[in-house]
Amino acid sequence: MIQNSSEKLGNAVIMILIGIFCLFCVLPMIHIFALSFSGNRAIMSGEVFLWPIEWNLNSYKDIWGDSSMIRSLLFTIGLVVGYTVLSLCATILAAYPLSRRNFKGKNVMFAMIIVTMFFNPGIIPNYLLVKELHLLNDAWSLVLPILVNAFLLIILKTSFSQMPEELEDSAWLDGCGHFRYLLRIVLPLSLPILATLALYSAVDRWNTFQDALFYINDSNLYPIQMKLYEMVVNSFVNDASAQEGFSATTPVPQSLQAASIMFATVPIILVYPWLQRYFISGMLAGAVKG
Amino acid sequence: MKTEVHLNSPALAVAMKGGAGYWRRQWPLYIMMIIPMAFFIVFRYIPMAGVLVAFKDYNIFKGIWASPWAGFDVFKEIFSLPEFYKALRNTLMLNFLGLLTFPIPIVLALMLNEIRVHWYKRVSQTLMYLPHFISWVIVGGMAIELLSTNYGTINQMLNAIGVPAIPFLEKPALWVATYVGAGVWHSAGWGMILYLAALTGINKELYEAADMDGATRMRKTWHVTLPGIKPTIIVLFILQIGNMANIGFEQPYVLTNNYVSDYSQVISTYVYTVGIQSARFAIATAVGLFQSVVGLILLLTAELISRKINNQGIF
Repeated sequence: MIQNSSEKLGNAVIMILIGIFCLFCVLPMIHIFALSFSGNRAIMSGEVFLWPIEWNLNSYKDIWGDSSMIRSLLFTIGLVVGYTVLSLCATILAAYPLSRRNFKGKNVMFAMIIVTMFFNPGIIPNYLLVKELHLLNDAWSLVLPILVNAFLLIILKTSFSQMPEELEDSAWLDGCGHFRYLLRIVLPLSLPILATLALYSAVDRWNTFQDALFYINDSNLYPIQMKLYEMVVNSFVNDASAQEGFSATTPVPQSLQAASIMFATVPIILVYPWLQRYFISGMLAGAVKG
Repeated sequence: MKTEVHLNSPALAVAMKGGAGYWRRQWPLYIMMIIPMAFFIVFRYIPMAGVLVAFKDYNIFKGIWASPWAGFDVFKEIFSLPEFYKALRNTLMLNFLGLLTFPIPIVLALMLNEIRVHWYKRVSQTLMYLPHFISWVIVGGMAIELLSTNYGTINQMLNAIGVPAIPFLEKPALWVATYVGAGVWHSAGWGMILYLAALTGINKELYEAADMDGATRMRKTWHVTLPGIKPTIIVLFILQIGNMANIGFEQPYVLTNNYVSDYSQVISTYVYTVGIQSARFAIATAVGLFQSVVGLILLLTAELISRKINNQGIF
């Protein structure tokens, strides 16, 4: 039937179009991957596209040999772990009381938190506060100003309040106070949503750039994205000014730039299967409520 | 009273017995709230008071409170700065061009919805969501590796076949296209999620009925699918309009360079340059406040419009 064959043609066209968009999404990353393993000569002559030419590990060896890069990596891992734990704790501490039925002052406190989602005073008042608290050039400046994310707090509060109330009542009758109830019953039952929040926080801090740029001058405290920015983007910007005769800096070899990009991307790719699974449910939970 | 429903709950009975019973049971909740509330007060509310800097002749040594009031002088000053108008114009321009890409996630979601080969659908989704998790610094780095005139791969390939290099990052018009394209790369796939969720909520019987009537795929998409996701489309569209005055910092900052700064300087990067780099805090705060207030007004307007059109608010 004509209808049927035109349906089939339509299916093919749709699959091809989606395929093209998928390629658009991944080809740049595959290309960087190929560059990072290629020889500089092959790169300069434009031979490298999607597969490494003159395969070698020199760029990665250079990165592992660069103590500032390793320091930045370790600092970022510390930041990610520390922030994720602290942020999760603070979010739980807020989400639990706000999800209780019988908690006087709940509405006022919740409203105070919601208001902060609508009005953002801007970059400078936040900067001045960090400055007044003497947190500039301090790792805490990348943790404290964003300790609780109101959006994630709402997701967690919603999840907590969906637990059966009888659970709390019977725990209370058994002599179990709020702290014990939270630790022994609520948290163990909420592991999937806690994992979602932890992943969200971890990815956020791994990718942190803006606040590090604002608050950190000391290159010993550069998170990985700052380091990458210096190596790749800034070297391009300097390159552009060098041509205008402003400054001449030694250009970073392209394979090394590519390897640094891979270096910062690989952890995200490694956790990506979990990210994908948990983020979508989290995103939808937030969208329904928010 | 909704408490009546739980009157047989012994725990509630204890809690309701009186003030003392309530406190004896519920005091831990208040202890728990101390740290989170302290966070919101210090790091969210104090900066709100910090916008007062915009109305002060701010002196860094005197601090916010001791600096003399300046009324609206600072605002008069920023409205006389050509740089401010340039940043405002660029913000609106880039956001408007971003708005033109609004249908892309819808089209992608509609197409994905038609694919019946499950593994193909799943793999595509995985690949299309991935860029969302890549930081802007990495996107900026990749843009340079791919697009720069001297050593970008695309230009090298063009050179190899004898076509002159295209200055994607250096020529303003092309840079703007690169900026918009990077935005699509980063978020179009992820933007499908809410549409895909809305699509699963469409009543299957509507499709069966359309099949009975002999509707083609196009007609089904037009008369069943699109009306089904219309509320989602409207909410997201209005939300994006409501965010016209807001622009992220990282995307323009990592993609910019000296050649295109006349077109890439937006409000957020302008605030950074003036405020943090040049320490002209009052001016930068005023610019940021201007943006926040305009943003808030737009967002509340968007909410009102949404209530009118959709009979439900965004929030």
